[in-house]
Amino acid sequence: MASVTQPGARTGGFRISKRVLPYVLSLPALLVCIGILIPFFTAVIYSFQRYRLSQPWARQFNWGENYLNFFTDPGFWNTLRISLVYAGVTVGLELLLGLGIALLLQRRTTVNNFISIMLLLPLMTAPALAALMWKLMTNPGFGILSYFASLVGLENFRWASSPDTALLTVVLVDIWVYTPFIMILLLAGLRSLPTQPFEAAALDGVPRTFVFFRITLPMLTPYILTATLFRLLDSIQQFDIIYAMTQGGPGDTLTVFQVEAYLNFFQSTNVGRSAALLIILWAITYILSNVFIKNWLRLRERARGEA
Amino acid sequence: METMSPLERILRGIALTLVVIFFMFPIVWIFLMSFQTNETILRIPPSVIFTPTLDNYAALITGKLTTAAGTLDIAFMRNLGNSVFLSVASVALALVLGVPAAYAFARHKFRGSEDIAFTLLSFRFAPPLLVLLPLTQYFQWLGLSNTYFGLIWVYQLICLPLILWIVRGYFEDISADVEYAYRIAGHSWFSTFRKIALPLAGPGIAAAGLLAFIFAWNNFVFALVLASADKQPVTVGALAFVTASGIQYGQIAAAIVLSITPTLALALYAQRYLVEGLSLGAVKG
Repeated sequence: MASVTQPGARTGGFRISKRVLPYVLSLPALLVCIGILIPFFTAVIYSFQRYRLSQPWARQFNWGENYLNFFTDPGFWNTLRISLVYAGVTVGLELLLGLGIALLLQRRTTVNNFISIMLLLPLMTAPALAALMWKLMTNPGFGILSYFASLVGLENFRWASSPDTALLTVVLVDIWVYTPFIMILLLAGLRSLPTQPFEAAALDGVPRTFVFFRITLPMLTPYILTATLFRLLDSIQQFDIIYAMTQGGPGDTLTVFQVEAYLNFFQSTNVGRSAALLIILWAITYILSNVFIKNWLRLRERARGEA
Repeated sequence: METMSPLERILRGIALTLVVIFFMFPIVWIFLMSFQTNETILRIPPSVIFTPTLDNYAALITGKLTTAAGTLDIAFMRNLGNSVFLSVASVALALVLGVPAAYAFARHKFRGSEDIAFTLLSFRFAPPLLVLLPLTQYFQWLGLSNTYFGLIWVYQLICLPLILWIVRGYFEDISADVEYAYRIAGHSWFSTFRKIALPLAGPGIAAAGLLAFIFAWNNFVFALVLASADKQPVTVGALAFVTASGIQYGQIAAAIVLSITPTLALALYAQRYLVEGLSLGAVKG
């Protein structure tokens, strides 16, 4: 990226030296950065304190106690387990579905382009509202999906209100909202692949499964990695869908990290535990995001190179 | 690729039909529900045959819900107004803050530039509650609790990284030579930015703004934590509405339709830019 070489003479009212100018331009963004880093460090401090909103007088540093308690706290292990399961299941299924749909839509026909635009709509629906839509459809009284379930012999299928099927229900909503995300990224990737290897393989009569596993998949890997990591980062922090659908219930069935932290803060007013939970979640996402950013940058360089 | 057997054609057709049904059905169904009375909604088995009514929308727009038990006030239009105001103001602020910074990051490699850019990017991936929960206390001290100003400031967490990274990509695509030539002709830095760089990156900036608007509109957790009923956008308002009105399913459906229509319409309008925006500039559509 060549920077603008400064001509010696200046006209106009602005007289800012070249060295200072970029700082002036990015200062507001920098200030916003700092404004957000302050609450972040406050959260770190909270996580090392015994701090309950109901007993503010008893607030004091207990250092690592909030974290140490997690080892013997079944609630914490439940949160960790359910968060990992949720992220793994949603992203795994979305990747398979998204890749499948992208392959179906790969050819640039009018119908395919129209369908790929239509599939953007779930992705642009607010996840919290998507959860409400599915709540209406899975209502035990009149929900269309409950009716469908009863048609296939599942009488009294209780969707999100039963501990056995609550996870399935929120996973379904997540898949509905986010599969299109993976689909459009992979579709863009598929359509940007060079055509020569495929033409050569077709001429040689190479079987199509071979072409898929040995040519398509390897060339698509950077896109798959970026899309998957992007989704993993969001999915492990899922809040909107689960909170709008069940508020973490029934019981503690769906108390993923952010939902559990929210409930800890506002319901049991245990600020220390809430902050410690979020710091652990942050540590997980920090590691994931470093891997993600590396892949993302590589892909970004490539996209810029094509421009 | 070129040759497809009839069987494969049929299988592909069936698969695509199933995909379209799965992803479109909920939107269509809620849309139909919003034109029904509770009586037709509660029919078993469900049916798509009904006499459409606009009563649900009328109740939402007038803010008066007449039931057998009496009249109930609905503040839903207020939520809709809040969503519009919060999203527009947040995007406007993010553009004012983000576009000059994006230009600086694209054109000048200066000390700390990458650090700031990546710190902003990392906000996109940090758990929002980590920042929001301490902020509830800071906001109380600063008197920002339940103010539009406070919310718009926090919404920068969503809008700013998006604008910064997408617009930066667009500036990098523009050759610096054009700007250089204009500078040589004796124009100031500012007029080069205003007359050359901004118009060239214009479509990209507009697309980034639209995307930021969609994300701000769809946000749920910020306002859930920081806003009371009178400042809440539709995402939080609709949830409260469900709790308050309980069994007025037609109105709930109508509220959902009104809440998702703006973002869906914008998404269709800006669909050409969505791929690039959603991947923060990593993939071109």
